[in-house]
Amino acid sequence: MSMELDVFVGNTTIIDEEVYQLWLDGHSVSDAVRMRLESDALSECEASGEVLHSDTMDQYRTFQMCERLLHCPSKLANQLLFQIPAHRQAMLIERYYEFDHTFAREVLGKKLSKGTKKDLDDISLKTGVALKSCRRQFDNFKRVFKVVEELKGPLVENVQHHFLLSDSLARDYAAVVFFANSRFETGKRKLQYLSFQDFAFCAGQLISYWTVGAVDNMMEDMDVDLEKEFLHDLKDLKVLVNDKDMLDQHKSLVCYQLKGKIKAFSEMEANFKNLSRALINIASKLTNTKDVRDLFIDLVEKFIEPCRSDKWTVGDLTLFLTHYTSTAHTLEMFRFQILWERYMGVIKSCILKMYHD
Amino acid sequence: MPGKLKAKIVAGRHLPVMDRASDLTDAFVEVKFGNTTFKTDVYPKSLNPQWNSEWFKFEVDDEDLQDEPLQITVLDHDTYSANDAIGKVYIDIDPLLSSEAATVISGWFPIYDTIHGIRGEINVLVKVELFNDLNRFRQSSCGVKFFCTTSIPRCYRAVMVHGFVEELVVNEDPEYQWIDRIRTPRASNEARQRLISLMSGELQRKIGLKVLEMGGNAVVGYLQCFDLEGESGLVVRAIGTACTLDKLSNTYTPATAINPCNSSPSKDIKDSPQAVPSALGCRSTHSSPVHSASSRLSQGFSVSVPTLLFAGMKHRHRSSDGPRARQCRAGFGEEAPGVPLSSGPPTPLRAQTFSSFSPSKSYSRQSSSSDTELSLTPKTARICLSPSSPTLQSKSSPIPTTKALRSTTPPPLHVSQSDTAMLRKSVSFSEDLLLAASGMGSGGSAGKEAGPLKALLRQQTQTALEQREFPFFTLTSFPPGFLLHVGGVVSARSVKLLDRIHNPDEPETRDAWWEEIRQEIKSHAKALGCHAVVGYSESTSICEEVCILSASGTAAILSSRFMQDSALDTEHRLSRQQASVFTSGAEKGEGDMGSTASLGFEDLMSPGCAFCHIPYDELNMPFPAQLTYCHCCRRYKVPDVLFTTIDLPTEANVTGKGCLIQARLCRTKKKAQGEGNATAISNLLPFLEYELHTQLMNKLKLRSMNALFGLRIQISVGENMLLGLASATGVYLTALPSPGGIQIAGKTPSDITYEQHISNMQKKINDTIAKNKELYEINPPDLVEEVIGSPIPEPRQRSRLFRSHSESSDEVSELDLSHGKKDAFVLEIDDTDAVEDIHSLLTDAPTPPGFYSCNTEIMPGIYNWTSALQMFTSVRVFRLSNVNLTNQGLNKVFNDLCENLLKSLYFKLRSMVPCCLCHVNFTVAVPEDELIQVAVTAVAMSFDKDQTQENGRQSIDKNLMKAITENEDQLQFPLELSAESSSNPLNSAKGLSEVSGPLPSARAPSVDYSSFTDRCSSWIEQLRLKAHTIRCGSIKTMSSLEKASPLPEGRSRSLRSNRSYAGSSVTVVKMTPLSFIPGTKIIKYLGIINMFFIRETTSLREEGGVSGFLHSFIAEVFAMVRAHVAALGGNAVVSYNMKECVFMENPNKNQAQCLINVSGDAVIFVRESELEATPPQPHSASAQTSSSGEGT
Repeated sequence: MSMELDVFVGNTTIIDEEVYQLWLDGHSVSDAVRMRLESDALSECEASGEVLHSDTMDQYRTFQMCERLLHCPSKLANQLLFQIPAHRQAMLIERYYEFDHTFAREVLGKKLSKGTKKDLDDISLKTGVALKSCRRQFDNFKRVFKVVEELKGPLVENVQHHFLLSDSLARDYAAVVFFANSRFETGKRKLQYLSFQDFAFCAGQLISYWTVGAVDNMMEDMDVDLEKEFLHDLKDLKVLVNDKDMLDQHKSLVCYQLKGKIKAFSEMEANFKNLSRALINIASKLTNTKDVRDLFIDLVEKFIEPCRSDKWTVGDLTLFLTHYTSTAHTLEMFRFQILWERYMGVIKSCILKMYHD
Repeated sequence: MPGKLKAKIVAGRHLPVMDRASDLTDAFVEVKFGNTTFKTDVYPKSLNPQWNSEWFKFEVDDEDLQDEPLQITVLDHDTYSANDAIGKVYIDIDPLLSSEAATVISGWFPIYDTIHGIRGEINVLVKVELFNDLNRFRQSSCGVKFFCTTSIPRCYRAVMVHGFVEELVVNEDPEYQWIDRIRTPRASNEARQRLISLMSGELQRKIGLKVLEMGGNAVVGYLQCFDLEGESGLVVRAIGTACTLDKLSNTYTPATAINPCNSSPSKDIKDSPQAVPSALGCRSTHSSPVHSASSRLSQGFSVSVPTLLFAGMKHRHRSSDGPRARQCRAGFGEEAPGVPLSSGPPTPLRAQTFSSFSPSKSYSRQSSSSDTELSLTPKTARICLSPSSPTLQSKSSPIPTTKALRSTTPPPLHVSQSDTAMLRKSVSFSEDLLLAASGMGSGGSAGKEAGPLKALLRQQTQTALEQREFPFFTLTSFPPGFLLHVGGVVSARSVKLLDRIHNPDEPETRDAWWEEIRQEIKSHAKALGCHAVVGYSESTSICEEVCILSASGTAAILSSRFMQDSALDTEHRLSRQQASVFTSGAEKGEGDMGSTASLGFEDLMSPGCAFCHIPYDELNMPFPAQLTYCHCCRRYKVPDVLFTTIDLPTEANVTGKGCLIQARLCRTKKKAQGEGNATAISNLLPFLEYELHTQLMNKLKLRSMNALFGLRIQISVGENMLLGLASATGVYLTALPSPGGIQIAGKTPSDITYEQHISNMQKKINDTIAKNKELYEINPPDLVEEVIGSPIPEPRQRSRLFRSHSESSDEVSELDLSHGKKDAFVLEIDDTDAVEDIHSLLTDAPTPPGFYSCNTEIMPGIYNWTSALQMFTSVRVFRLSNVNLTNQGLNKVFNDLCENLLKSLYFKLRSMVPCCLCHVNFTVAVPEDELIQVAVTAVAMSFDKDQTQENGRQSIDKNLMKAITENEDQLQFPLELSAESSSNPLNSAKGLSEVSGPLPSARAPSVDYSSFTDRCSSWIEQLRLKAHTIRCGSIKTMSSLEKASPLPEGRSRSLRSNRSYAGSSVTVVKMTPLSFIPGTKIIKYLGIINMFFIRETTSLREEGGVSGFLHSFIAEVFAMVRAHVAALGGNAVVSYNMKECVFMENPNKNQAQCLINVSGDAVIFVRESELEATPPQPHSASAQTSSSGEGT
């Protein structure tokens, strides 16, 4: 004796957010039923396992049917099959596209290809995110990437417009797309301490200040790639380290400003030239795609690690970078004020974000 | 050539990829009507083609317009191979043919394929230019409105109720034609869909013709059904009630007039002081033997089986039926022994209306409806009755008049005399009830209430009704004053062997079968002293070649008010006046019922109880019942229990709340063929029905209730079992006596442990009763049981009893009549069966807290509905793996299946609490040997828990709604708010003081704040308060999202903008099986929705198994219904009904097929609040609802 068939269809599609989350997390029906049985929320309903099983099956089926539509969220709004109130639609989409940051951290900067998809079971093992969920998240990345890759205009808005996501989620996707496009190196051991949020912040900075769209705000411009011209111009900054006078003058100005204000003053004084050279070298090398990819590892190896070994505090670092940037303006011979500002603004905020254990 | 149909294909979207190479589609469209086909250009390489075609024009007969659907086929162009069909859209253009319904069909329709389901959407525009055709021989009936709603539609007024219309058409089922062997499944399915669409069009047209002939302009309670008879063919049949409706010109009628929660006893009930006793009953039979009905019925097999309750009028032939029935009608003339007209003389106007009465044209039923007969309309009979004396003048005297004459001057023949002779074994079934009738009335009071006037009035209606072959009404609720008394349930069943329909143009056999059953019903009604049957419905259950035909209804006495013949000018005018009196009465609202009971004349129409008064003669009770004086008016007799198939009359006085009561039964049957099978089934039927009835009774008692409404007994036949499911809504009618408890008696009193067991059980039952009383808030006012008349039946009665007993003694021994010879409510435990019975009685799980359920339109005792509603369909199929199940085992399985299904529903809808499942409609079927299928369609409606005074509540709600709509832009989810916040910014001080009380404590701070402020400035404060609550509301709904990922403030803003960007394109269409949507007013009926779909798959596993397959199919059906309604310009479907859900599977072949038939009325509704603020505009209405969405 068995239940052969069991369906429930409402005119307004009933969606249980809790079950939706279980489904998104990649739990099987029986797991989901077990978890629901254990949760306290439903104890007051006195729901038996049987009822929960039926309900869970039903919800899972609904989600599976909706999934096709969720791949193209704008369809969800004008499809006729499911009558879902607008705010529920927004919830469905938002949740479907939400991703685990631990998972995203693993995929960040990798090519969104079949090859990577094959590695998903390793990632699943490593992150503890169910393989099903990994696949969904990976496919979401790929889908978003495919759509916005060729689109003009601001990246975040494109994501938001095509996938009807919230602002913050769209920003996260923009970061994923940006990293995947530029293939930034994030997997090195030395970078392991950085979280997805750290990178997402940096990506936001890069998108906002270093892309073509950042300067002339023209809608036709592409937001995904860094501005070539700008990267080329960065070579000019070499003067700051190549010109001995300028380097000394810069150092004395910074030291004058920071004297007594930071704890690691002596270390700073001793290391100034190395640090400055590191930052300028990074800048000058960015014309090379390979070196662009290594931007973060370079920042860590050449700048963050020395500071860390000298036990700089975040406050020290902030003050140093602030004055390091601003004093350059007072150098008589230095003519690349705007370029300097644009470069250091991003580098400063990235370093500060990345400077933690 | 009276019609021009124009269609334009605008665009498509979301089309499937048909060309794998390019991942695109080269789509074009074929538009077909009749035999004419047009094509659009091919729109190459797009999934969202923009054809923007010219107008395709079809010049056609209006007859074809009614019959044919517009057929739109979307195809993919292939240069080298045949074009692939993407899918089809059938558009029923009938709504465009009535001037009052829709004017244009325009919108996105899902493109449907019977194999693949919905594949994209197409935007279509359809218009009709109709020329007036005054040809009286025309065969079309354009302009006749059809309503599925089983009450007078909300924005109409009944001028006249003409009566029963029926029709059936038959055809060969394409699925069983020889050609099917070489056809693709798709072609077969499409042929079937198209044929059924054609047949229902034809059926509707023919019924329309009958209505026109009767002088009506509408069919209300239109019920169309399909009988898939397999090899023997396809029958499409329909019944309905012909009416003349007037559109209410004033759409601004007070909300109370349309709010069903407001019972509105019209003042003009006073116009009909015919309050007569009435009573209980449930009476049923299975077809009378008509072996010789037709020579073509050679295989025809009909069985006669005993009735449940009333033994009289059993084995009778139709021929003898008519005259005798009239004789018993005459008995009522007698019952007036001349009590003076103390009850206040009627006004001259009234007297006139009553006196000049003419029966409607004696309408002759054309069974197979050969349309040429139209000119043969019989002459009109005109009879005048003067109010003071029952003399009769006939102005023209065709045959009907003589009939009427006979009925007014009756030979005093007693029903019982003829009946007793008829008593056969059938009596055995009614035995317990016969015995229960210990309080059979002495009859001393019989004459008291019967005045000559009353008798006369009754005769008028009787004659009016008797002119008709079938005085049946498919309506389940009535204009106030129409339904006078209710007798009880009448039902009839018949088992038939299907034979091939040889000539589709002459469906005589099927016609004859139904006629037979209807006659049976009619005679039952007569036996109950009633001249009409209301809440009438018909159904079939088919298994292989055996078919059970069932019909049931409620015997009733109706007022003649809506039944005069409109053909006569003066009367017509008068009746119109009356009708207007009725509507104004309805607007008056509630409040005066019950209070008038103490005054002499007034209590004659005490509307809350009048319908319960027995309609039959107390001395000649058609079946045994315990009569008492009405607990409301204390003047008339009422039965102890009342069963009906109708909705609870709005004026009824009910104590407490009601609940869904179900009796479920499963009986094994040996597999058999042909006649043997039919015999076996018909032998089982009475047992089944008897046990269902007993179960219903017990469950009713257990809930301490005394009446059932909306009773629907469904019997389904399978190869090796019979399923019986009776559903009804139990209530406690204040007018009826309080039901006694249930007593358990054991057979072996010597055993002490056994005694213990019994007393335990008794205790449990008593506890359950007490708990139920509390649960359903049944605490009737002081109840002094006063059983009228001697407790010992009168000699005549007794002898009858005695005889019946002795006659039926052999049968008794065969049957499980453990309840016999005792008080009806003593349960005797003498075997395991009885123990099981009691167990099942007690194992019915109570509804979880916050839930109520009923199968009628609304739940008595709940008034403050919110507008949150959720219509749903749930289907379950259970496989019995153990073939050798006993009856007990089967019963348990079936019972658990239903109970678990209900439990699941409650769980699913837990977010709507407090809520009520209304119109819970169960359908059972036995699709295969070991499968039981149960389908449920119902609507869950939330209500406000605060039991504030109904009226005050309403005004508050109204103002609140107004406030909300005015501040719509601030609102994200007005719906949730309307349920939650009760603040009222527009009412000043007074409103505030009213409101601040019942506010939930959750918002107490803000409430206190505002209530402390100066009353003069409260207006501003309230606005602030409202803004606050609005924010509360939106935050609350967002909170769960926020929890998952804390997001910045800007987020919700961006979400909202997204929503407005994307959400505007699809109109929200509400669906409900009820005839109304709470808190709204229906301003326009756009036409009937009647759709039939077939879905088939050859990749069942890939589509998620049977559940996945059916889930998506039902969702698709909903989507198509919504799309059609939206295209008509509507925003809701009312009276929605899934009439058929036939599911077949073959998992081994990875195949499944399902047929679904749905119907309903497409309407435009507006919120009551808007109605007051702005004139109703359909478009604003739909925009409104789309923004508000549905509650969850």
